[in-house]
Amino acid sequence: MADVALRHVVKRFDDVEAVRAIDLDIPNNEFVVLVGPSGCGKSTTLRMIAGLEEVTAGDIYIGGELVNDLPPKDRDIAMVFQNYALYPHMTAFENMSFGLRLRKVAKTEIRARVEQAARILDITDLLDRRPRALSGGQRQRVAMGRAIVRNPKVFLFDEPLSNLDAKLRVQMRTEIKRVHQKVKTTTVYVTHDQVEAMTLADRVVVMNNGRIEQIGAPQELYHHPKTRFVAGFIGSPAMNFIPCRLEQNGAGPVVRVSDAIALPVPATHAARYRSVVGRELILGLRPEHITEPRRSERNERCEFSVIIDVVEPLGMETMVFFTVNGQEVCGRIDPASAKGPGEAMLLHANVDHMHLIDPDTQMVL
Amino acid sequence: MTATAVATAAPRRRATSSLRRNRRWALIVSYVFLVLFAIFFLTPPYYMIVTSLKSDAEVAHMATNPWIIADGITLDQYKLLFTQSDFLIYFKNTVVVTLCVVAITMVVSVLAAFSLGRMKFWGSGVLAAGIFLTYLVPDTLLFIPLFQIVRALGLLNSYWGMVLVYPTLTVPFCTWIMIGYFQSIPKELDEAALIDGAGHMQMLTKIFIPVALPGIIAATIFAFTVSWAAFVYPMAFLYSSDQQVLTVGTVTSLIRADVYKWGMLMAGALVAAAPPLVIYAFLMDYYIAGLTAGATKG
Repeated sequence: MADVALRHVVKRFDDVEAVRAIDLDIPNNEFVVLVGPSGCGKSTTLRMIAGLEEVTAGDIYIGGELVNDLPPKDRDIAMVFQNYALYPHMTAFENMSFGLRLRKVAKTEIRARVEQAARILDITDLLDRRPRALSGGQRQRVAMGRAIVRNPKVFLFDEPLSNLDAKLRVQMRTEIKRVHQKVKTTTVYVTHDQVEAMTLADRVVVMNNGRIEQIGAPQELYHHPKTRFVAGFIGSPAMNFIPCRLEQNGAGPVVRVSDAIALPVPATHAARYRSVVGRELILGLRPEHITEPRRSERNERCEFSVIIDVVEPLGMETMVFFTVNGQEVCGRIDPASAKGPGEAMLLHANVDHMHLIDPDTQMVL
Repeated sequence: MTATAVATAAPRRRATSSLRRNRRWALIVSYVFLVLFAIFFLTPPYYMIVTSLKSDAEVAHMATNPWIIADGITLDQYKLLFTQSDFLIYFKNTVVVTLCVVAITMVVSVLAAFSLGRMKFWGSGVLAAGIFLTYLVPDTLLFIPLFQIVRALGLLNSYWGMVLVYPTLTVPFCTWIMIGYFQSIPKELDEAALIDGAGHMQMLTKIFIPVALPGIIAATIFAFTVSWAAFVYPMAFLYSSDQQVLTVGTVTSLIRADVYKWGMLMAGALVAAAPPLVIYAFLMDYYIAGLTAGATKG
């Protein structure tokens, strides 16, 4: 039950600056996900909030209190680790109650809290078992239970699902979301998996190279990325980036992708791009916005013909790969209209969702 | 379809049978060597048992076969050992010294290993290496300077002096074992304990010692074996019978000039070897688990 604030927080390991002056405000009860590729500083940031790493510079506040010099146990946080970090010689019950026992909480109170947490996590039957006798998913539940019983101000999750297999990961993801809805607590969650970030977060913090690239709600990051990195990181499969040139013709600006393909810039975007007409840019277009021509949104000027290289059927949809201007591009089409490799196919670009990126600054225009 | 199935099945069968043959050969070779080793190492104990169950007359008789008991089994050697020699005093002294040394060793080395292995501080790496280096100095060299120290402390010819000097042999190695063991415990475990509110002492007693129990048992057995079997230090520092320990006591009191009381010597050696044997038998699994910990991940 507390907000968390980071002010110009820096972490330096010898010569390496892992976290470079980040600012972040997490309001009470919000579920924030730090996401980014490995080495981006997300885990280090989490560990600084936990008190497991010292802050090189800057301030961290939990519930308005400056915690820079407080040891982890006095920060009133609970953490779930990637490898669970359960005490192997203790039963699930003892694992979950360890923190309470150290704090000399009354026995009846401990039992009540552990049993309540066990009910929330559906592990009541497992309380007498040692970690060795639990499956990966069950261990993760016990680790979450250990965090819940403490009733902390802040939950910290450090890639808690990375050790689970794909199916269990999806299941536990839902579980974590469900638990957060029941046990409303400020949560900071670290992952490298953007799908996890999108599905869990109230707000996503995308980090890269020790800096925050963008903070926003999942939908906002998806539709309005601010940088090329965020555009490419959020969404699966990743956004296509195609070198292009913005040209002005009679009907308005067009994005010239190749000699044969020029896509019209929608009127809503034209004003924004006026200053970069004539420049070499990068066109960002998600696979889901390159489809077969569909009657409802058809615009003949947005259609183009390509030779398909590779076809990947996924059941509900089919991914097609082709080359434009030396760049591999992915489109997401209806399986019924898919052509085979080597065949020509007419595709349609939904230019309402296009992004133009300045190759010098890597910013989305 | 069937034709290809047959074609692929044939070479596979040949592959598995060659694998099986390979395994059989490996087993035969291992058994041959294991049996050879067992014979090699079990011959001396067998000889000791046989000799300790003979009468003095039979032992002294040159014409008999030393590998078998011809004149019947007798427990005379054991009776003589317990009644006519100071063997029981030596045994008691050894037990006292060993228990004290094991206790001191474990307290010192567990604390040292925890601080050196888990609490990173300035110079911890150098200190850890330094501790191991002290283990490389053999006791056959160390007893000369130690003699001065033991004499200065007034502990010459007292088995309490052994309680002081044996840890110079046991602490470095036990610390080294425990450092390795503590380091194999995942770092997240201390972090979880830190967040749960444990201090360093609670972390050690409630998490590390229980988790590292196999390693602690291995170190205990090592300390026990070393102080039970130590020879050079008692030989150098103890000279009266009431202070003597088993190893030196048995040899010095049962060999007088060139008179070897073989029967009693063998009986004494067997009785002296019994406690380590019993402890090994009970704790062997832990011992192996402890010595091989950290060799592989998880």
